[in-house]
Amino acid sequence: MKGYILKRLLSLIPVLMVVSVVVFLIIHMTPGDPASVILGPEASPREVAELREQLGLNLPLYQQFANWFIGIVQGDLGYSYFMSESVLEAFVSHLGPTFSLAVLAQVFAIILAIPLGVIAARRRGSVVDQSFMGLSLVGISVPSFLLGLFLILLFAVELKWLPVAGYKPLSNGVFLHLRYLVLPAIALGAMQAALIARMTRSSMLDILNANYIKTARSKGVKEKMIVYKHALRNAFIPILTVIGQTFGTLVAGAAVVETVFNIPGIGQLIVNSVERRDFAVIQGTIMLVAISYVMINLIIDLLYGVIDPRVRLSRK
Amino acid sequence: MQEKLLELKNLKTHFQTERGVVTAVNGVSFTVHSGETVGVVGESGCGKSVTAESILRLLDEKSTRYEGEILYKGKNLLDFSISKMQEIRGNDISMIFQDPMSSLNPVYSVGNQIVESILLHQKCSKKEAYSRAIEMLRLTGIPSPEKRVHEYPHELSGGMRQRVMIAMALSCQPRLLIADEPTTALDVTTQAQILDLINELKLSYNMGTVMITHDLGVVAEVCTRVVVMYLGQVIEEANVEMLFKSPCHPYTRGLLKSIPKLTGDRLEKLHVIEGKVPTLHQVPKGCRFAPRCEFASQKCIEQMPELIEEESGHKVRCWHFKEIIGTGEGHYVNTSS
Ligand SMILES: Nc1ncnc2c1ncn2[C@@H]1O[C@H](COP(=O)(O)OP(=O)(O)OP(=O)(O)O)[C@@H](O)[C@H]1O
Ligand SMILES: [Mg+2]
Repeated sequence: MKGYILKRLLSLIPVLMVVSVVVFLIIHMTPGDPASVILGPEASPREVAELREQLGLNLPLYQQFANWFIGIVQGDLGYSYFMSESVLEAFVSHLGPTFSLAVLAQVFAIILAIPLGVIAARRRGSVVDQSFMGLSLVGISVPSFLLGLFLILLFAVELKWLPVAGYKPLSNGVFLHLRYLVLPAIALGAMQAALIARMTRSSMLDILNANYIKTARSKGVKEKMIVYKHALRNAFIPILTVIGQTFGTLVAGAAVVETVFNIPGIGQLIVNSVERRDFAVIQGTIMLVAISYVMINLIIDLLYGVIDPRVRLSRK
Repeated sequence: MQEKLLELKNLKTHFQTERGVVTAVNGVSFTVHSGETVGVVGESGCGKSVTAESILRLLDEKSTRYEGEILYKGKNLLDFSISKMQEIRGNDISMIFQDPMSSLNPVYSVGNQIVESILLHQKCSKKEAYSRAIEMLRLTGIPSPEKRVHEYPHELSGGMRQRVMIAMALSCQPRLLIADEPTTALDVTTQAQILDLINELKLSYNMGTVMITHDLGVVAEVCTRVVVMYLGQVIEEANVEMLFKSPCHPYTRGLLKSIPKLTGDRLEKLHVIEGKVPTLHQVPKGCRFAPRCEFASQKCIEQMPELIEEESGHKVRCWHFKEIIGTGEGHYVNTSS
């Protein structure tokens, strides 16, 4: 088991190398000069040239990359001249809201989707099934910003139940924290929920026909236990795959939702940094997002082992 | 006389399918006493499994409709509520399935699955249930059961898994065991061991057993009575000696003829029953076997024969069985050899 985790962590290295090259190249190929953005439109060409020198922007591209990469390996992600703080500090200070939002969206999606999927499977073909599946189609096709705007309009502007936008950290109390995050979490999690519900349904339909379900019935196991003990745990394996695969979409979607709801998270950090041509922050943040993406998938792979003993064995 | 455990009376099982209603089991009746093993034989698709699963009402509730009576100790199981059925299942009546590879839940240890059965029906602690599970595994001949009890199905061979299924089925000492081709998926040696095991346990618990199989060798070995099915109907019923010595129905005779013989002219080609089993959507109007029967007459094609008692304990569904026996081709297999 430890060997497996170590192997997975080592496989992070090539992934991160590729990510770093791609991110670096994309950023340095986009037009716009950070030095002139920092100094503003009134700066003289000489001042701009001096700052470029200072930021190392005059060096050849490969050398800039080398400097940056050596920094990463040493754990130094760079420094933001705009925010006058290190990239790591900037990342950490914006991580909280995104983390809360993503976790809440994921939890909302799972809690809503799995029971819906199970009910749809148990009543396949019924009106309930058809309306759940229709709803999930809506969930997949409506973009999160549109859903977000709609939710704001309905629950914040019309009904005035919830705040329109903004963010309150956990230190202000759980209730307030959640009040601000409910709508964005729903907007962000809707698509996840739809995908998970559909997978739950089809996976459950499969499993409920399995021979061991008949065996369980023949033992006198109650229908509830058949569904939730015998079937769901088996059905969970493909569901987990969907959760893992769509996590990337969730992170990407967070940037959009954060903008709509004005939440000071990683998404906003990246968007603002792109506007400012703050290369160090963009590069560093995207690297960190990539690392967390890989780590989350590692955790999900480990969960397979928890659910399915066959996976556990092959890893020993 | 042993107690009458199970009595099927004119059982019919209808399925709602996309192409209309099909009747997979059409008027099956037979009786199982305690301590007795009744064999149910017939070609693939004749409705053996559907009959077996109907007894415990395991078929999909929505698309299945039952008719007739399933009397267990005189009470009709078809009148029971689902929760009453759940009390019966695994406790009074247990079942072993055809495919041990897929009949155990892959994500729970075998111990967990046996214990589940015990805890459902017996008042005891989890610990007691575990030691009972280990005891059952030992009884079925699994070596070092204390260790095996914590293993998962994929860590066991097919024979071992079938033993686990048996241990699970018998863990609450049921009065009736329904074994649906319990040895089909296993090699010959394991097959013999499993049959011996079921036989032994049957004796020590005085269980009634329904042994479903398409293998007449198995029937000869373990059954006391045999029910022969064809296309959802019983076409012959007799005790084992009678059936092997003087089969009445042309289909039974065909089945017996198709067993390879060890004596005599071995180069003789095996007998094959001509034609294919019709599908349930196009059941023949008269005798269901008529299209494949060499003795079929106009009457056979037009009218369905009833199951009649030819002599005490020997029932047959055929218009012409008397003449057929008269042809002198009665003795296909010599059971005493
Ligand atoms: N749920 C169902 N819906 C419709 N038809 C069914 C259903 N289950 C079984 N049947 C049909 O009922 C018939 C009898 O099937 P059954 O499984 O009882 O055969 P069997 O005698 O057990 O055969 P085998 O030896 O292959 O196990 C088959 O024609 C099958 O197609
Ligand atoms: Mg079968």
